[in-house]
Amino acid sequence: MNASVPIKHTQAESDLFNRFERAKDALPGSVAVAALREAALNQVREKGLPHRRVEEYKYSDLRAFLKSAAPLADVADISAARAVLVAQDTFGELDRYKVVLANGIYLEDLSDAAALASEGATVTNMSDALAGEHSAQLLGSPKAGPNDGVIALNTAFVQGGVVIEVKAGATLSKPVELVHVATSTGAQVTRNKIVLGKGAKLRLLESFVGDTGEGELNAVFDYDVADNSSLAATRLIVGRTDAARLLTTIAKVGAQAELKSLGFVAGMRFSRNQQFVEFKGENSEAKIYGVTMAGGDDLADQTLIVDHAVPNCNSREFFKTVLDGRAKGVYQGRINVAQHAQKTDGEMMTQALLLSEEAEMANKPELEIFADDVICAHGATSGQIDEDLLFYLRARGIPEDEAKTLLVLAFLSEAIEEYGEDNVTEGLEARVRGWLAGH
Amino acid sequence: MPAVQETIDKVKAIDVDQYKYGFVTDIESEKGAKGLSEETVRFLSAKKNEPEWMTEWRLDALRRFQQMEEPEWARVSYPKIDFDDLYYWAAPKSVEGPKSLDEVDPELLATYEKLGIPLSEQEILAGVEPKNRVAVDAVFDSVSVVTTFKEELKKAGVIFCSISEALREYPDLVRKYLGSVVPVTDNFYATLNSAVFSDGSFVYIPEGVRCPMELSTYFRINEQNTGQFERTLIIAEKGSYVSYLEGCTAPQRDENQLHAAVVELVALDDAEIKYSTVQNWFPGDKNGKGGIYNFVTKRGDCRGKNSKISWTQVETGSAITWKYPSCILRGENSRGEFYSIAVSNGYQQVDSGTKMIHLGKNTSSRIISKGISAGRSQNTYRGLVSAHRKASNARNFTQCDSLLVGQDCGAHTVPYIESKNASAQFEHEATTSKISDDQMFYCQQRGLSDEEAVALIVNGFVKDVIQQLPMEFAVEAQKLISISLEGSVG
Repeated sequence: MNASVPIKHTQAESDLFNRFERAKDALPGSVAVAALREAALNQVREKGLPHRRVEEYKYSDLRAFLKSAAPLADVADISAARAVLVAQDTFGELDRYKVVLANGIYLEDLSDAAALASEGATVTNMSDALAGEHSAQLLGSPKAGPNDGVIALNTAFVQGGVVIEVKAGATLSKPVELVHVATSTGAQVTRNKIVLGKGAKLRLLESFVGDTGEGELNAVFDYDVADNSSLAATRLIVGRTDAARLLTTIAKVGAQAELKSLGFVAGMRFSRNQQFVEFKGENSEAKIYGVTMAGGDDLADQTLIVDHAVPNCNSREFFKTVLDGRAKGVYQGRINVAQHAQKTDGEMMTQALLLSEEAEMANKPELEIFADDVICAHGATSGQIDEDLLFYLRARGIPEDEAKTLLVLAFLSEAIEEYGEDNVTEGLEARVRGWLAGH
Repeated sequence: MPAVQETIDKVKAIDVDQYKYGFVTDIESEKGAKGLSEETVRFLSAKKNEPEWMTEWRLDALRRFQQMEEPEWARVSYPKIDFDDLYYWAAPKSVEGPKSLDEVDPELLATYEKLGIPLSEQEILAGVEPKNRVAVDAVFDSVSVVTTFKEELKKAGVIFCSISEALREYPDLVRKYLGSVVPVTDNFYATLNSAVFSDGSFVYIPEGVRCPMELSTYFRINEQNTGQFERTLIIAEKGSYVSYLEGCTAPQRDENQLHAAVVELVALDDAEIKYSTVQNWFPGDKNGKGGIYNFVTKRGDCRGKNSKISWTQVETGSAITWKYPSCILRGENSRGEFYSIAVSNGYQQVDSGTKMIHLGKNTSSRIISKGISAGRSQNTYRGLVSAHRKASNARNFTQCDSLLVGQDCGAHTVPYIESKNASAQFEHEATTSKISDDQMFYCQQRGLSDEEAVALIVNGFVKDVIQQLPMEFAVEAQKLISISLEGSVG
C-alpha cells in the first residue's frame, strides 16, 4: 500500500537478486544496457515480483507461484542441443528454416542463417547487438505496459536472442522456426527482435523444447511490422513443465500492414502469454488468436492489449480456453481506441469450456474508447459441454470419451481454423487429442 | 457510426447547464461542528437519541475508517477530499423530531413541491384518489423531514420511516440487519458512512405482505460544505414484495459536495425487492466546477430461496459517480437484475456498474447497462459476475453498451467474469452497434425512413431499462427514453 515501506522479499526474489550478482558481469551488453538491467532489477526490488494486488496480475500471482528461482542455464553444448532438437521436433515434417537459441543464446551452427540470407533475411546475435550502438533501444517496453514486471525481469537477465531482419519486399519461401532449446536445467531469458522491411512477408514459428528444470523461461518477442508488410506468428507452448513460462509479444504495426498470431498453450503448470499490439499506421489489421488447454493445478494466462492509436484499423481477438482438473484459466483483453482513432473496428471474443467441477475461468474483456465513430464489440462466455450435443453424438454410437474429444476439438478448431496457416496448424489436432488423453 | 442529430439534441437537453434543480432553499439551518472526530460522531448520535450500542457501532466504524486509505482503482480523478473540512450534520432548524405533515415548515414543503415531489396526503382526504399513490420519505440534508402515508402503511403491517426513528422504535430489527449486507469495513466510503450516517429510510415488509403502494425517498442536499451520508435499510420478509424509488437533487454550488450513502436490501424466501433510482444530483457547471461526489455502496442480499432483487437506475447527475449496486445471490433459485442507463455530460465522470455474486444453486442474474457519454465526460461500466464453487447451474446474461456523442468524451467497459463452477453458464456481450439488416429491411419496407427505422428499433431496445422503472419515475426518465443508441460502441 505505502510505497515508502520496503517490501519483505520472498525466497524467489532473494534468489533473483543473488542470481543477478553472480551473473551480471557475464551478461552481454553495453554500459547503457547494464544500466537498464540495474534499473529493471531495482523495480523488482521495490515492487517485488508481479502479484495479485497488481491489477494486470490479479489472477496470475507470479510472486506466490515462484517459490524459488533457479540460476541461469549454462552455455549449451552443441551436440546436446542437436540431440534435443532431434528428439523434440515441434513442427515435425514441415519444411522450414530454423534459428536456434540454446540455453538462451543464439547458436549459429545449428541455424539456417546462410539460407535465410540468400532469401533476404539476416540473423544477428542479440548478444552482439546489445553490445553495439543503439543497444538500449533493443530493450524497449510497450506503451501499454511500461512497468510490466515480467518484461522487467527479462530486461534484467536477458542472456541473448536474435535480431531477424527481413529486407523490404522480400517474401520468404518457407516459414522460419525460432526454437528455444534447453540442454541443461536453469532459467532461460531471451529477447528477440523481428524486423520486417516494407512489403516483406514472414511466417514465424516459435517453439520451446528441452527441460529447463525449475528454471523459468522468459522470452520477449519484439515485432516490427513495417508498412505493407505481413507477419504470421505461431507460438506453441507445449510439452509438460512445472516451471513458469513467461512469453511477451510487443508488436508495432505500420500502415496497410497485417499481423496475425496464434498462441497455443497446452499443459503448462504456470504460463503467461502476454501481447501488446500497437497500430502505428492506418488501414492495418491485427488478428490475434489464442488456444489454451490446462488441467491439474495449471494456471494459464492469456493477456492482450491492442492499442488503436491511429484511425482506420481493424482488430480481431479470438480466444478459446479448455479447462480440466483444478486448472485456472485467465483471459485479460483490452482494446484501446485513442481519441482520433476514428473508424476503428475491433471485435474481441473469449470463450471457455470447463470440463471439470473444480476448474475456474476468469475473463476480463475490456474496452477503453475515446473516439465516437468506431465499432467495438466484445463477448465472453463460459460454460460446460452442452449435454444435448453430447447426447446427439452418443446416440449415434460414439463413446462418451470420443464424443467429448470431438466437441472439444470442434470448440478449439473455431479459432485455429480462423487463424488459417493450415500447414502449420495441421498437427494441432493431434496435440489437442494428446492433451485430452494424457494431461 | 457516429450518433445521429436527434440523439445529440436529446443529450443536450439534459446537459449540465440545463440543470433545473439548482435552486437553494433559504431556510435557517443548524449545523454540527466541522470535522470528523469522535466528538462529531458522539454529537450526531446524541442528536438522534440513539441507543448506546449504536454510538459504539459508529465509533468502531470511525476507528476503522481512520486506518483505511482512499481507493484509487476507479477511473475517476478528483482532488483529495479533506474530511475535516466538512459538516457532518446540517438540519433545518424547524425540524425537531418527527412531525406530522401540517407541522412541517411550509418553506420545505414548497421546496419539494418545486422539485415535483408532492408531500401532501390531502388529495386522498378529499376523496380524489390518484391512480398511483406513493409514500414519500423526504430527507433534507441530514434529517428526514416527513414521511407520508405512514399510518396507512402501518395498517398493512409495513414499517416505513426514517432510520433515526427506526433506531428508536424498532431497535431490534435495525440491530439485526444493519451492516449485515454491507459490513462496516466493506470499503472506504461505506465505513465512513457507518460512522457518520445521519438519516435515510427504513422499510420492513412483513411476511406475505405485498406493499400496498410504492415507497419513495427523496434526497435533497441544501446546505453548503455539507456531506450527506444516508443509510437505507430494506427488509422483505418471506413472500413479501416492495417497490422502492429513490430520487435526489442538489443546489447549484461552486464547490463539490460529498454524498456517501449505503443502501442495504435483504430479501428472504420468495420475497422480491424492486429498487429504482433516478439520480439527478447537481453535475457541476459546464466548466466542470462544483457538483456532487456520489460515492455510494448499494447491495442487496438474496438471502432466501426464490428471492429476487432488481436494481434499476437512471443516472444523469453528479460530478463523479462511484456506484455499483450489487446482488449477493445466496438463496437457491434467487435472481438478481440490474438495469442501468448512465448519461454523462460536461465534465462528469461516471464509474458505475454492478456485481452479481452467485453463491447458491440455480441462481440467475441479468445485467443490462447503457452508457451514453457526451461533452468531456468519461463513462465507465465496471462489473463483476462470479460463480462460486457451489453455485451449480448459475446463469448470467450481461449486455453493456455505450455510445459516445462528440470527440472529447470516453466510454469504457471493464467486466470481470469469474466462473468457479463448470455448470455455471455466463454470457457477456456488447453488440448494439449492429442493428440487424432484417429489422431495418422490415421497417423500411413499411415506409419508414432510415432514421425512423433506427429510432424505432433502438428505442425498443432502450426500453429494456426504462420499462423496469415504476410509472412514477417515467416522467423524469421520459426525456431519456427516445435517446437512440445506433452509433453505440460495445
